[in-house]
Parts: sequence; structure tokens; C-alpha cells
Amino acid sequence: MVDGSEVLTEGSGVMPRRTSDVHLNVHLLADLLFKNITRFFAFLVLILLAGIIVSLFIGSLPAIKKFGFGFIGNAEWNPVTEVFGGLVPIIGTIATSVIALLIAVPVSVGIALFLTEMCPLWLRRPLGTAIELLAGVPSIIYGMWGLFVFAPLFRDYAEPWINSHLGILPLIGPLFHGPPMGIGMLTAGLILSIMVIPFIASVMRDVFEVVPPLLKESAYGLGATTWEVFRNIVLPYTKIGVVGGIMLGLGRALGETMAVTFVIGNAHELHASLLMPGNSIASTLANEFTEAVGELYTSSLIELGLLLFFITFVVLAFAKLLLIRLSRLEGAKS
Amino acid sequence: MIVSLPARRRLINLASQIGSVLTVCFGLFWLFWILLTLLQLGIPGMNLKVFTQMTPPPGSPGGLLNAIVGTFLMVMLSTLIGTPIGILAGIYLAEYGQTGWLSPLTRFINDILLSAPSIVIGLFVYEVYVVFTGHFSGLAGSFALGLLVIPVVVRTTENMLKLVPNRLREAAAALGTPRWKVITMITLRASRAGIITGILLAVARISGETAPLLFTSLNNQFWSSNINRPMANLPVTIFEYAMSPYKDWQNLAWAGALLITFGVLGLNIVARTFLRQSGPGR
Repeated sequence: MVDGSEVLTEGSGVMPRRTSDVHLNVHLLADLLFKNITRFFAFLVLILLAGIIVSLFIGSLPAIKKFGFGFIGNAEWNPVTEVFGGLVPIIGTIATSVIALLIAVPVSVGIALFLTEMCPLWLRRPLGTAIELLAGVPSIIYGMWGLFVFAPLFRDYAEPWINSHLGILPLIGPLFHGPPMGIGMLTAGLILSIMVIPFIASVMRDVFEVVPPLLKESAYGLGATTWEVFRNIVLPYTKIGVVGGIMLGLGRALGETMAVTFVIGNAHELHASLLMPGNSIASTLANEFTEAVGELYTSSLIELGLLLFFITFVVLAFAKLLLIRLSRLEGAKS
Repeated sequence: MIVSLPARRRLINLASQIGSVLTVCFGLFWLFWILLTLLQLGIPGMNLKVFTQMTPPPGSPGGLLNAIVGTFLMVMLSTLIGTPIGILAGIYLAEYGQTGWLSPLTRFINDILLSAPSIVIGLFVYEVYVVFTGHFSGLAGSFALGLLVIPVVVRTTENMLKLVPNRLREAAAALGTPRWKVITMITLRASRAGIITGILLAVARISGETAPLLFTSLNNQFWSSNINRPMANLPVTIFEYAMSPYKDWQNLAWAGALLITFGVLGLNIVARTFLRQSGPGR
């Protein structure tokens, strides 16, 4: 509006036609400006990613120069002699995430199945919200609850049982053999699983809803049971999306910091047993970064962060590609 | 024992349905357990002092006032930083993003940043800002949280703008409205409720974030309203107090935990009901 009146006062003797020409030019300019501003901010998101990678890389250069690729395979972490290796936190991160997925995936499938196929309509929304609230609880709360409430119970009741029943099995026995301490890799994995359930379940619910009702109703019409429809219609149709959802959950589990920091035990030791304390990349960073002295110590920690970002990036990118492919397939079929 | 085929099918079906119900109970069980724990341990520590006094040294009475105010300040600042960037980038993706390489790539990267580990964001801000200025500060914490806001807002803005029917845009264009006015005056307004929901969800997400603050704003035992100094905040205070051996600090930590959890969950519920009542397409 401002531009229009300005033009009118300036050239009050000019033909109205010219006024609208100027008007048009102003708007064309505004359009161009607006488009490029929004484009700049979209570009900024890309810059952000590049910035994270570059800055972490520069920060970890001293460690990379000193230790090379051996950093990944070295289990020693000694601030006194300044020898650092990332093996223990890397294994801890992967082990806890795998435990989390082993529990969370079946549970999430069950929840998504219930929400899409079995739940009465009136219950669907409150139940969906309740599950999503589980994702809303701040991770530090999971940590506190895990350390002060869950771990003592787990130590007194579950771990002795695990020791005497799972610990004596061949092959996987050593994984479950150890003193009951409450905190450790298994506890961290369990709490992580509770945290990623809502993420995986909500992706799976969305993915299951993609299945055309026609397909499902045809199967029901032929006399299939709910389970058979799920097993033979829904799962084959959505398997890419299901894997995508699992990967998304894995990405979350890998980078989770506070909950793990509370319950993993924070020990730079490599144990065969999951009952023993360990360390994850994120918990190492949370515990040691502000107290790290010396360039090499700090830059080793930053290299750990870079590795964590790299791993989650690959996992999440894979998840995203699968989910995009599912939506493309859906577009092609319908 | 031989079971007839229909009976077996029915049995399998029954088992799967029972299993499915059990998984839902499993999920809800933890939610209620955690909330109950918070009420049980948080309420005894809850009193007026929590809101009126500073964080105390161990052994003396005190509250969480400076931490609460610090969290408020930083969340507000980071929302102010992250929201405009997120909305503008979201507009590009939804309104101009039909062609070219930039929008699919940005969409992809944005979705990855949405789930990227927040501790790495903290590390990034430490590297580019804290090292540069030489000290921890509330501003650095706000930057880190702001970077977490951006992907959430981008995502919801794009989704909500895409829900606006094209007829609206075409009708406005037919009246000779320039593109930027169509977007700011019509599509943005039509999707206002959804975008506000996105902002609320982003605020809910960052309010409880601890990891990115550890290396950026750190914490402060005392009152501070200077954003260039280390700033007290609830999550890090909870972390420090919960890990401490002092009983009264732990009680304060539980009170803070109760406060922040119910704040965040309340915000989540408000955002969702708000969207349902005034959102587009519902």
C-alpha cells in the first residue's frame, strides 16, 4: 500500500496507466525479494549441516592427525598418558541401541497394529496421544527415574534372575553374567527402548494407514482374520516403511544422551557382559567434555562427536530414503 | 494334539490380538510409572520457596527461581531466533519448492536434522561460538536451542502450508494479487493455527533439552540476567542436583523434574488440542 501512495504523490499528473506499471514493477521486485529471502533461509538449513560437519572436523583434526584410523579400533582411553581410542564408547553406543531396538520393535509393531486395526474409534485419539506423550517426556527425566527408581528394582529382582537363568546358557551366557549392579549397558538399553517406542510406533501407525482400505477389506471379505490381514496384506505392502521407521528409531537411540548418561555407569572398560557398566559416545561427551584439559583430549572428544554424527546421519538418511520410496510406491499404485 | 485349521487360525489371531493389547499396556505402564514417580518424589519438595528463592548451597534451604527464569529466557530467545528462520525456509519448501534441486535436498537434510543428536548441536555451537567468544554464555545456549527449533518449525510450516487448498492461491492470483501477498496474507493466515502448533511443539521439545546446554550455557548458581554470562537453567540444574550426594539437592531436582515434565507435557497437549480445534482441514 505504501508504494502505491508514494507513486501517486510523486507523479500526480501522470496517467493512471503508468501508475499501475510502476505498481507492477514494485510488486515484481517485492516478489523477487521475497522469493530469494525464503530461498536463502532454505539454503541456510543446508549450510547448517555443512557447518556442523566442517566445524567438528576442524575441531577433531589434532586427534585425527595423532591417532588416524586407529582411533576407532583402540579401546584405551587415558587422559593421563594422552592416549585416546573410541572403541569402548562406539561399542557401548551400538550395543545399547541394538538392545533398545530388540525390545522396541516388536512392542511398536503391536502398538501400531492395535491403533490401526483393533482399537475402537473413540479410544484411538487418546491412546495415540498417550503414546506420543511418552516421547514428550524430557530425556533427563528418563535418566533420573532410571537411576533412582528403575535401577534398584532391576538390581534386586531382575538381575539375579537373569544371572541364574540366562547367564548359564551356552553362547549368549557370558552376555548375561555379572554382578547385579542395577546400572550398566542392559539397563541403558532397556530405558532407551522405552524412549524410542513412541517414535517407531507413530511412524508405523502412519505407515500402516497408507494401506488402501480396499485391499484390507477384500481380505476381510474372503474371511481372513485380523492377524492374517496384518501378516499377508499390511506388512508386505508397507515393509519398506516399517524398516524406515525402525531406522528412525535407531537414529534416535544412537544419539540419546541424558538418559544413557545416568544409567550406563560411565566406565571406559570393555566387558563381555551387558550387566557391567560401559560408556556411550553421547555419555562420554556429556561427562567429560567440560572437564577435558588439553587440546588432544578435547579434540578426541570432538572426534567422537563427529563419529556419532556420521553414524546417525547414515542411519537417518537410509531411513528417510526408505520412507520416501514407500510414499512414491503409494503414489504409483493409487 | 491335532487342532483343526479354522480353530488354529482363530487361536493365532487371538494370540496376536492379546499380544497387541499387551504391548499397548507395556507402553502405557512406563508412562504412568514415570509420572507417578514424579508426583510421589516431586510433590514433597514442591513449595513456595521453589519459585521465590535461588538455588542454594547444599544444606541450606532454597529454590529454583534463577533456574526457572533462566530457562524461560533462553527458551524465549531461542524461539525468537529459530522461528523466523524456520517459517521462511518452510515457505520456500511449500510455495516455491516444486522445481529445482534445492527444495528436495533441504527437505531431506531438514528431516535428518530433526532427529540428529542434540548433543552434537551443542558441540557445534561450542566450536563456532563458545571457543570464539572464550566463555560459556546464555546466548550460546539459546543458539543451540534455536538450532533445534528450526527443523521442527520448517517441517510443520511446510506441512501446514501444503494443506491450504490451491483454489485459494488461484483465486487470489486471479484477482491480481502478487505472489508475496498471496503467501503472507492468504496462505500463511489460513495455516496460522498449524504453524503456531509447530512452534509450541518446538518449545516443548527444547524446554527439557539438557545435552546441548552442557557445553554452551553451562549453569549458574546465582541470579543472572546477563545473556553473555553462563546462565542458570532447569535441565542442567536438575542434572547436577540429581547426581549430587546431598538429599536436599536431590529433592529440589525432583521438584524441578516434576515442574518441567508437566510443563512440557501440558504444552504438548495444549498444542494438539489447539490444532484439532482450529487447524485447517479438520
